[in-house]
Amino acid sequence: MSTTNTRDLARPAPAKASPAKPRRGLRGSPTFNFWLFTGPFLIGLAIFVYAPILWSLWLSFFEARFTVTPDKFVGFDNYTYMLTNDDFVGSLGTFTAFAAFIVPTTWALSLGLALLVNRLRFMRAFFRSVFFLPTACSYVAASLIWKMSIFSGVRFGLMNTVLDWFGIDNIAWLVDPNPPWYWVVIVSARLWLQSGFYMILFIAALQNIPGELYEAAAIDGAKPGWQTFRYITLPQLRATSTAVVLLLLVAAYQAFDEFFNLLSKTTWGRPPLVELYYKALGESQDYGAGSAGAVILTVLICAVTLLQGKFMGFGRGEESK
Amino acid sequence: MTTTMPEVPGVRESTSPADKPRRVKRGGGVMSSTGLYIATGMAGFFFLVPFYLLIRNALSTDADITGENWKFFPTDIQWGNISELFNDGTVPFAQSLWNSAVVATLHTTGVLLVCSLAGYGLARIPYKHANKVFYAVLGTLMVPTAVTFVPSFVLVSSLGWVDTYRGLIVPGLFSGFTCFLFRQYFLGFPKELEEAARVDGLGYWGAYWRIVVPNSLNFFAAMATITFINGWNSFLWPLVIGQSPDAWTVQVALSNYMTNQTVIFHMIFMATAFSILPLVFVFLFLQRWLVQGIAQTGIKG
Repeated sequence: MSTTNTRDLARPAPAKASPAKPRRGLRGSPTFNFWLFTGPFLIGLAIFVYAPILWSLWLSFFEARFTVTPDKFVGFDNYTYMLTNDDFVGSLGTFTAFAAFIVPTTWALSLGLALLVNRLRFMRAFFRSVFFLPTACSYVAASLIWKMSIFSGVRFGLMNTVLDWFGIDNIAWLVDPNPPWYWVVIVSARLWLQSGFYMILFIAALQNIPGELYEAAAIDGAKPGWQTFRYITLPQLRATSTAVVLLLLVAAYQAFDEFFNLLSKTTWGRPPLVELYYKALGESQDYGAGSAGAVILTVLICAVTLLQGKFMGFGRGEESK
Repeated sequence: MTTTMPEVPGVRESTSPADKPRRVKRGGGVMSSTGLYIATGMAGFFFLVPFYLLIRNALSTDADITGENWKFFPTDIQWGNISELFNDGTVPFAQSLWNSAVVATLHTTGVLLVCSLAGYGLARIPYKHANKVFYAVLGTLMVPTAVTFVPSFVLVSSLGWVDTYRGLIVPGLFSGFTCFLFRQYFLGFPKELEEAARVDGLGYWGAYWRIVVPNSLNFFAAMATITFINGWNSFLWPLVIGQSPDAWTVQVALSNYMTNQTVIFHMIFMATAFSILPLVFVFLFLQRWLVQGIAQTGIKG
């Protein structure tokens, strides 16, 4: 489609416009072209992103059960309802803890893998692919492998088989919240799925660190290993780390797929989005409360993001350089 | 790793010629490189275990999977599981694979087209309110798309798009993040090329399609690969929109296998294997672009 367009539009241009004044007329006007390029995207953004957000805001102030065009204004009732709803508030708390754990862990594991792979001389591409391959799997596929095979609560699950070799009793990984073994399942699945992707980011960043820095450090007597890592590698990775942590944080709060699939039909370990899913699209179809919950979650994510930005500087130091 | 061998690399460093400084310095001795390979190998082993289980289970009988003793390999490789999967009537698996292929392909094409144009416009076309528009795009990044799924669903259902390809594809096309990445990329695109095109009499549109796009194919390929993977793997939106089994994507179909009353292990795993297979091909053939793309997005992001 591109070729036909370009020909139609491009051919008349040389004939009409002299090289000295190429921007005359509507076709050359920057304003017209700006809207020509951004128009389709902005229209779609308005309809499918801004409209739902605003509609959601509006719904959150109404009593909207089984309807999306409510007329009963209830003020902040939906918010007070959601904020006093133990399930929802509990899941917000749980997922703040979840984020606080999974973000640094994934960060450390992906950085560790990047450091390993980056130092390999042989089979580097092979190992990079091995660590990266899980990115090809969906959360659903991973949940399935984890639930049905690795952490299957019965005797033939891999983990229980391994435990059995050491004479340890079977563990009901997912069907019993006491003790909460299900976090082991969820965290390991998430680490497996995510680390490779962020490892690639770190490898790229590691290769961008100028070699002279290490030479200079060696001349100054820095020992390779912890010292160079602490005082050169880590600070040089600051921008990437900030980006990775940001992406991980948002992803943690938006966790849905694996929880929905691993813990279906359970009442524990429900992340905020799963709560909202059942609230708004479940039997009660309470769009008002669901929207209020979505707004609360958004505000929380924004707050955490901004807080993180304040602490890690949003990579600002990098830009000003 | 090197902490165990602090002396050797340092000594090597001071005497080594300058032609390969990085390699020599980071390489360490034989000992540390053995340790390095052991550590990497063990990590790699753990990363591959799920794939091994997937293939083992997909090609076993249920008796082998659930048997008394752990079997590392199927007693007889059951290729018949494949035909069993596609002839099974309870879940329309072939249809769901096709749905996923259509949705992911159209999603990728649409996202690339719409977001790249917008990114270019924001990066390169002078307009006095361009900054305000850019902030309007950036603002959407603060609101995660998954959070707005309730109102989006409401919107799409009032358009009558539930259970349709339109409903699955169109709302996901307007990714502020992809647009942002394209803008960042085009900001770094060499201006001279476009100026040359301008001198030759091309307008913005012509210069874009004839000069900018052909010279950015690597970046486009990278973005396409990432977008395709995300489109193929997305679950929440297809779950919400695909209510009738005919509109299920492969992820929704898999999820249904898991919650079915009767669990047929070998079939579930064969289905999972087929759901991953297309992406493994994508990985094998497009990994270079994928890695480049991720790297570029990360550095800019």
